[in-house]
Amino acid sequence: MISTLKHMLTLRWITGRRFVISVPFAWLAATFLLPFLIVARISFSETDGENPFGNLMTYADGVFNLKVKIANYLFIASDDLYVLTYLSSIKFALITTLFCLLIGYPFAYFMARAKSTVRPVLLMMVMLPFWTSFLLRIYAWKGILANQGIVNHLLLSLGWISEPLHLMNTQFSLLIGMVYAYLPFMILPLYANLVKMDMRFLEAAADLGATPLQAFWRITVPLSKSGIIAGSMLVFIPAVGEYVIPELLGGPETLMIGHVLWDEFFTNNDWPMASSVAVVVILLILVPMAILNKYQAEQREGGRA
Amino acid sequence: MTIASPAAGQPFLSIRNLVKEFDGLRAVNDVSVAINKGEIFALLGSSGCGKSTLLRMLAGFETPTSGQIELAGQSIVAVPPHQRPINMMFQSYALFPHLSVWDNIAFGLRRDGLAKAEVASRVEQMLALVQLSAYGQRKPHQLSGGQQQRVALARSLAKRPQLLLLDEPLGALDKKLRERTQIELVNIIEQVGVTCVMVTHDQDEAMSMATRIAVMSEGRILQVGAPGEIYETPNCRFVADFIGSVNMFNGHVSVDEADHVVIDTAECRHYISHGITGTQGMEVSVAVRPEKMVLQLEAPSAGQRAQAVEHGFNCVQGVISSLAYFGNETHYQVKLASGMELKVTRTNAARRDDAGLGREQQVYVWWDGSDAVVLTN
Repeated sequence: MISTLKHMLTLRWITGRRFVISVPFAWLAATFLLPFLIVARISFSETDGENPFGNLMTYADGVFNLKVKIANYLFIASDDLYVLTYLSSIKFALITTLFCLLIGYPFAYFMARAKSTVRPVLLMMVMLPFWTSFLLRIYAWKGILANQGIVNHLLLSLGWISEPLHLMNTQFSLLIGMVYAYLPFMILPLYANLVKMDMRFLEAAADLGATPLQAFWRITVPLSKSGIIAGSMLVFIPAVGEYVIPELLGGPETLMIGHVLWDEFFTNNDWPMASSVAVVVILLILVPMAILNKYQAEQREGGRA
Repeated sequence: MTIASPAAGQPFLSIRNLVKEFDGLRAVNDVSVAINKGEIFALLGSSGCGKSTLLRMLAGFETPTSGQIELAGQSIVAVPPHQRPINMMFQSYALFPHLSVWDNIAFGLRRDGLAKAEVASRVEQMLALVQLSAYGQRKPHQLSGGQQQRVALARSLAKRPQLLLLDEPLGALDKKLRERTQIELVNIIEQVGVTCVMVTHDQDEAMSMATRIAVMSEGRILQVGAPGEIYETPNCRFVADFIGSVNMFNGHVSVDEADHVVIDTAECRHYISHGITGTQGMEVSVAVRPEKMVLQLEAPSAGQRAQAVEHGFNCVQGVISSLAYFGNETHYQVKLASGMELKVTRTNAARRDDAGLGREQQVYVWWDGSDAVVLTN
């Protein structure tokens, strides 16, 4: 009797646990996996006049037909424009990540080492820009960098330059906008990591003869590796597919994959081609992430938590 | 920095009038102590007594508000921690989690710019010293607590420091392991011959490891002495009470002679077989350790009792109110007529022999006049 009751309770506990886990999985399946599958499916289909994309499978006269068109993918691989655009997107994303790291790490470091009473204020200042619209903030950069903008105005009035610098719609303005927009995503995980670091490790390093700089490179940086990886991922992944910032701040010569996607969908109305481009972007991001994950898992097994 | 060997008769480490204030509060209050070469010196006190702050000032992590620290005659107050010839074994070790055992031990040697071969031979030497030669490539979290402790010791000894600091060296180990490690640790320290200052809140640890102990309370050192001195001749009520357990009788001096004193308390008359620095009528405490007391059913007979007891001194009557059996000994609480609860320890020398000392039993407790300590402050 008691054992039956116990059994029922265990069963309920397990189903309860399954339920709790299944909710986020269902959400991910509905909002990520399903759209991805739809996009992937479209990428293999052919356009016809009415549909932007046709049916993959047809069933007529007892014959089942499956038509998979891979021409789009072959075209992407063979066309220099797509390859160059992918490379250029990755390049800009990498440079953005690098600058975010170079600026964000010292930022996060001093935030984490600040007095505990000052930290919430500093943290607030990092997050404050999120309170205004993203578009508005990017537009503000136009006002700052334009030929008649604040920077040129200031430099002219100081007499440092005789005619306005061309800053807007260049790779420079694009990178400024990207680094500016993504910096908090680098700072926050780094800060979360650095603030929990056990200060005794630095004392131990100093005790063993390490100068503060040596202690930083040999102890602080390696111990914050997971924060560096998390921050870099959070910046790099969305930066690859970024559309709005290049549109508003980038020049005509900057090739970004987000722009190509837009063109394929809304100018050429070629949904299968656009979908193929999108699938390749996802693969380009997923593959290095999977490798990294595997590497980290192996390291955890072989050693450190 | 290099350290010259101290002149003859000069202490190796000399701390003078050291003060450390945090927000106006004195964590370390005018501490002066001299430590000799080769000593294992323990700072003993409960948490917040300032012992850790004192140790951190020796390591260089805290700057003294005032006072002087001299190592072999040279002031080290202004020397940053990474330049001091002092290494510390941290509480719960602070082993670098991302480095292997080998690299942890090599860390300090590499900072000194030693040649690769020299680093390797010293690390191997250290690993052999702590018997962990097979574990060099492990990461700290793959080791047991005892092994981590040995790695921490090896790391702090690798640079052959002039002074080794130990912050609660055995605090992170369980009781059984602690007793074994105590002996091991002292053996290694003596083998290396390094002067050592340790901080602990555990009196057993201090008593069994240290050559001398400084008992600290509220930022001050109350007494410095060998473990036996601290235990048998405490200089104040705090030290007597802090080290081991004690029965404290409060009363006043009624006879003050050069070779003995008599002190009257509510419980009995105390005959102390040595003179004290006090005056007649002075308020004092008489401290007697529980294991110095004899517990028995009958009044002490002529054959066994000391001379003092014969004259009616140093003997009380009471009822056993509780007892705790520990195997090797039994701890009794004896309630006296005055309301005082007397702690008496009896060694269980023979098997299954409680001498009829059960709960609610009427008993006599007596002790020798030379076993009591008179405390004036």
